[in-house]
Amino acid sequence: MSNERKRRRLFIIAAAAVAAATLGYLASGGIGENLVYYWSPSELEAAGDEAIGASIRLGGLVAPGSIERGGDGLTLKFAVTDGECEVPVYASAVPPAMFREGIGVVVEGTMRDDGTFETRRLMVKHDNEYTAPAEGDSVDVEKMMQSMQFERSES
Amino acid sequence: MKEARGGMWMKYVGAFGLLLLLVGSYIGLFVAPAERHMGDVARIMYVHVPTAWVAMVCYTIAFGLAIVSLWKETAVSDARMTGAIETGVVLNGLLLLQGMIWGRPTWGVWWDWDVRLTTSLVMFLLFAGVLALRSFVDDARRRAAWSAVATIVAFVDVPLVYFCVRWWRSLHQVQSTPSTVDPMMVIPLRINAFAVLFVALWMIHMRKRIELARRKREETDLPERLAVQEGEANA
Repeated sequence: MSNERKRRRLFIIAAAAVAAATLGYLASGGIGENLVYYWSPSELEAAGDEAIGASIRLGGLVAPGSIERGGDGLTLKFAVTDGECEVPVYASAVPPAMFREGIGVVVEGTMRDDGTFETRRLMVKHDNEYTAPAEGDSVDVEKMMQSMQFERSES
Repeated sequence: MKEARGGMWMKYVGAFGLLLLLVGSYIGLFVAPAERHMGDVARIMYVHVPTAWVAMVCYTIAFGLAIVSLWKETAVSDARMTGAIETGVVLNGLLLLQGMIWGRPTWGVWWDWDVRLTTSLVMFLLFAGVLALRSFVDDARRRAAWSAVATIVAFVDVPLVYFCVRWWRSLHQVQSTPSTVDPMMVIPLRINAFAVLFVALWMIHMRKRIELARRKREETDLPERLAVQEGEANA
């Protein structure tokens, strides 16, 4: 085997090793702790005053019975829960039509000193279940698409 | 001659794939039920999910061929690897667009920097980068070696795209399984997965032929180009 070929094979092995090591590092949670897409209500509460004024995402389920819609249709109050803690959220955003009690949401904003989370960006999560409509269910696609027509009011 | 016959055969694979795509999409659009919460909007999954799968299959093929290309140094493996990356990048681009179209009415946003979305965009940029790298290298052997190594490095992101939703919190949901999807929805998903796969294999084959032809022209043009350069240097 020529020297050049030997070098080339060494190159392959090195490249593969770097790739495998990077993946192994990620899989073993090397950056897992630093990569937090959203905080749970419990984590937010544990952070206490540190959360106030910081730009964060809060994720959890919309607490049943907590949704209050503002009269102007542009504001919304609800609570996000993880089963242990509940954080009241004040959103000045038009929620997508999927928004409802018990669904997963991710809200981006900040904690106010009165203990409410203020957001202008409200995202609804969908889980990995896809089922046919049950008896009596109806999805108003017209309404679903309509929720796209609004833009967030900046005032 | 063997190569030419293989080409004939691939044409039918591609045509069969397109036919399957019509059948699967028809079932997806008109036979399968709407989704309980998303209604008809969820029907985009019959292209979105197969696009994602096959994009990753293309990159995996490219990864395998990158190793073969470094090992054997044949023009065919380099050309086929390039075809697989090109096809993967096209599907990857479609994947991002389909995801945005689906995300806006359901999540409420076109885009967010969640892990699945970010790693998918990075995957697109990495492999597009491999193609860009190729166009900068004139020497065919060096180009093959460099782009094979770049492909191996870029491939690290592919399993990351797949597993990230399990490892980290994300806006994107984790993978569905047949038990979380209505059986009538699984059928068009499966059909379209094979449909896109067959079309992709045909595209890889066509792009491989183009790449081989390009390399051949390069080699025949080389003495001519050198002569021109020499002439310029002497002038």
